[in-house]
Amino acid sequence: MPMKLAKTAFAALTILFLVAPLIAILPLAFTSSVILTYPVPSWSLRWFEELFTADAWRRAIVNSLIIGTGTTLLATVLGTAASLGLRNRLLFFRGSMRTLFLLPMVVPAVVLGVGMQVLLAGFGLTNSYAGVIIAHTVVAVPFVVVSVTGALAGIDERVELAAQSLGASPATVFRRVTLPLAMPGVLSGAVLAFATSLDEVVLTLFVAGPNQRTLARQMFSSIRENISPAIAAAAFLFIAATVVIGLVVVLSRSMLAKRR
Amino acid sequence: MSAGSSRTGRSLLLLAPLLLFLVGFFVWPLISMMSQAVSDPAVLRLLPRSAEVLADWDRASPPTMPMQAALMEDLKAVDDDQALGDMVRRLNSARSGFRTLMAKTTSALDDTVSPPADLVSIDQRWERPEFWLAIADALSPYTDRNLLAAVDLGRNAAGSIEHLPADQSVNRVILVRTFWIAALVTFACACIGFPYAIIAASLTGWKRDLMLGAVLLPLWTSLLVRTAAWFILLQEQGLINDLLRWLRIIDAPLPLIFNRTGVIIAMTHVLLPFMVLPIYSVLITIPKNLMPAAASLGAPPWRAFLRVLLPLSLRGVASGSLLVFISAIGYYITPALIGGPGDQMISSIIAFYATGSANWGMAGALGVVLLVATLLLYSVYARLSADEPGRR
Repeated sequence: MPMKLAKTAFAALTILFLVAPLIAILPLAFTSSVILTYPVPSWSLRWFEELFTADAWRRAIVNSLIIGTGTTLLATVLGTAASLGLRNRLLFFRGSMRTLFLLPMVVPAVVLGVGMQVLLAGFGLTNSYAGVIIAHTVVAVPFVVVSVTGALAGIDERVELAAQSLGASPATVFRRVTLPLAMPGVLSGAVLAFATSLDEVVLTLFVAGPNQRTLARQMFSSIRENISPAIAAAAFLFIAATVVIGLVVVLSRSMLAKRR
Repeated sequence: MSAGSSRTGRSLLLLAPLLLFLVGFFVWPLISMMSQAVSDPAVLRLLPRSAEVLADWDRASPPTMPMQAALMEDLKAVDDDQALGDMVRRLNSARSGFRTLMAKTTSALDDTVSPPADLVSIDQRWERPEFWLAIADALSPYTDRNLLAAVDLGRNAAGSIEHLPADQSVNRVILVRTFWIAALVTFACACIGFPYAIIAASLTGWKRDLMLGAVLLPLWTSLLVRTAAWFILLQEQGLINDLLRWLRIIDAPLPLIFNRTGVIIAMTHVLLPFMVLPIYSVLITIPKNLMPAAASLGAPPWRAFLRVLLPLSLRGVASGSLLVFISAIGYYITPALIGGPGDQMISSIIAFYATGSANWGMAGALGVVLLVATLLLYSVYARLSADEPGRR
């Protein structure tokens, strides 16, 4: 019995350690005070107002949406096409290509950032939206590849062969059979790509100019320079977005599971 | 056969865009970072004529007239003050005294009324081969200076490799600190994550879902949000200090932020999911009846754990530890926000060299060190997880 009690206590404490920090930051988004401490003197929405009216924060939110959308489109198209190509088992170098596609997840962001700044400076792309979108796509594309390859692996190839034998052209098979079946994977890959772009700080520090400050970048510098409850309000938005994103992924996964 | 080759062609066509994209914007940046580490064009760019003449020099005798004339020509042709400054800095780091010598020489060469006949007439030091040797050595477009300096090594006057003096040995301290912090975080994650995964794998139903959900939720949450949360919790007036004071455990607030303790706590929180999930995925493949079987054969619980569960789950612990360690050595945001000046890891130093002091050579060299360490550890990890029986 004491063993069981100890196990329960350990599990409860660890869950507390994992989850409590995320919950603790939420009420501070609604504080009326200018400092980020408990107890909260009274409740107000002034920091959300600050977030949507102060120029720096508002521009950061808009930039995050622009860059996130661009990254999602580019990463999803490139990643989905490549995952379809990787289905061909006869392909030479299939394994090494897969490794290359996943490697941006492994390489430390600062290392990639230094190289990216040197390279983009050569192209004249530093301090431009295109440069930031390219940098974010590099680190977002592995998530799309993992997600879409997973969905494609779950497709029974006999379904496609059946469509082919009934006279469908390769393009029709792709449009009417393969793509709909892979859609949940494509969607969750796109969501992950957007989330990656939203949270990316290090590459943004290296390649973005003052006009491309994203929300994450703005949070980073305000924690560093002048911390205010606006951080908690931004964190609240992030967590709310996470819950929505999580629901989308869970739903698309269960759709995928049902289709199988 | 033609159907097969058209399929291959189609696959290649689908792969090509991402392949080209990653070669252009992932592989190439890494290569250009590495080339920054070894390239050294500051002197060669400004002294092309001298480079030609110095190639024939025996590296010991006093400078010849053509050498002096070529250098004078080169120096007169320089019109970019910043490039000149870069070159002088580079030469001065190879041989002190170059700064004053060059200042004196360039101002004498500017004198158009009575132009100097040769360099030795401007300053006697130009007669000494050491200064010419420094120029000759700096003319090579490639250098191992930065890479050696990244691990606190340098070349002495004779060209052999030796340790840098203690006052210049900063990088090794930072490398050791990076690996030490990463090791501490990995250890903390293993101590919490291994028992946690065992408990989760032994449960069923909502209890297991709760334990796994508690791991997945932070994994899904933005890294910045988690770091901001720890910043708020750990500060002097933060919840942790308030709670400890309320419980009368402490009288004065503990220093938890801007020091090593805070960095370890926050990084353990951030990286714990990467430890729990690989261990868990190994544990659920272990047949449930093994532990009861060991017990029925008379093994006490600790012995059954040591001889049955631990060996079977060791691969999960190893891949979890590698994953945490690899992520930890490249960390930038958490130490930058939660740590003090004494807790900055190699990534912060790379960022400082790159953005703070625009020393691309050193940023590239330290980047190479970090990249090589990461890729080596990752190849071990990839081999470990490729051997997983479930994957085949």
